[in-house]
Amino acid sequence: MAIVRLRGPLEKLAGGPEHECEGTTVSEVLQALEREHTALEGWILDERGVIRRHINVFVSAEPATADTAVGTDDRIEILPAISGG
Amino acid sequence: MTEVLVGTRKGLFVLDGQPGSTFDITARFFEGETVDYAMRDPRSGRVFAAVTSPFYGPRIWYADDLSGEWEPARGVALPKGGDDALRRIWVIAPADEGTTLWAGGDPGVLFESRDDGATWALNRALWEHPTRPQWRPDSGGLSVHSIAPWPGHPERLAIGISAAGIWLTDDGGATWRHGNAGIVADYLPEDARAGAIDLCVHHLERAPAQPERLFMQFHGGVYRSDDAGETWTDIAAGLPSNFGFPVVVDPADPDSAYVIPVTAGDRVVPDGRVLVWETRDAGATWTPHGEGLPQEDAYLQVLRQAFAGTGEGRDLELYFGANSGEVFGSGDAGQTWSTVARRLPPIASVRADRRA
Repeated sequence: MAIVRLRGPLEKLAGGPEHECEGTTVSEVLQALEREHTALEGWILDERGVIRRHINVFVSAEPATADTAVGTDDRIEILPAISGG
Repeated sequence: MTEVLVGTRKGLFVLDGQPGSTFDITARFFEGETVDYAMRDPRSGRVFAAVTSPFYGPRIWYADDLSGEWEPARGVALPKGGDDALRRIWVIAPADEGTTLWAGGDPGVLFESRDDGATWALNRALWEHPTRPQWRPDSGGLSVHSIAPWPGHPERLAIGISAAGIWLTDDGGATWRHGNAGIVADYLPEDARAGAIDLCVHHLERAPAQPERLFMQFHGGVYRSDDAGETWTDIAAGLPSNFGFPVVVDPADPDSAYVIPVTAGDRVVPDGRVLVWETRDAGATWTPHGEGLPQEDAYLQVLRQAFAGTGEGRDLELYFGANSGEVFGSGDAGQTWSTVARRLPPIASVRADRRA
């Protein structure tokens, strides 16, 4: 299974920084993460199932989207985007 | 001692002090995030903050003790798998007794909690109202920003939506109907005004001592209703501008209302002067109050949630915050004012609570 790495408030909500999740795409993995850790519901994916606009996802160090394929050895990083003002 | 909760573009500020003095900033929370609204529930003492994280979306947080942890409330979301997502929570309002609260937000949604705000449920009747496809957002979104409970009758509510008008329920939100008669939207062509529902309500307040009476700041007009929001009368004559955002009432006097007019074009206080306008005759006449407020070179704006009172009658305290980051307060029902805080981030909301 892929490993999802969380930081900041997401890490706290999920009870730790790293989580193994099933799925063949980023979207599937994030939905599995939400099912395992219901406190995360709505934090990464909005009600439509869309990755929030200012959250960046990397799959094994490459920028990714919801449809990006995920392999069992991949490491998925969830990071706040560079934004603000 | 009075506590003033100030929601800003850069977090929640807790101010404590005595009317007429500069207040101390005693705490700051949610640094770097927009706090659209914050209030203390007078029944439970629980403090709520509506926070829109730039990364993680909108959420209601609550804390029973400001020296302790904040908890995220559950259920503040639209139905999963739909076409829309919650964008912002604009207001949180408690019933006068029990454990019920309501929260309004964008896109035109109302939530209800029956457990002191820990869990919330979407009001489906408003969400699924057959007129919803005709609702149009204003520049701030499609927002339930005003909730006016009826003291002693939690099943009776009036809410204001930008820009979908006034909505009324007598059955706890099971059914909703418009309360728009008499409102004139002068931003619409004359032949399009009759029956229009894209009405840009800016703020709505109920007079608790006479619950049938409501005051409303409209997008071009100040209105009063004497029949629980069914019909409206324009009472803006005598004000320097019929444009503005907040309204406050003195809970002891149903003939009272306070507004802070701004010019319709640039939406700052007219003539560089900050004036709070008061009526004590239900809008027949208006009196300006500026003693202690900036009276020259002021170009600030006060948003709809950024003006509030605590107490009543002669002891009514009033506080408002501006996009300039200043908070002004009055301990004598608006007769005189002083600067409570300055150099805060742009202010979205102000709520005050006189503490024992």
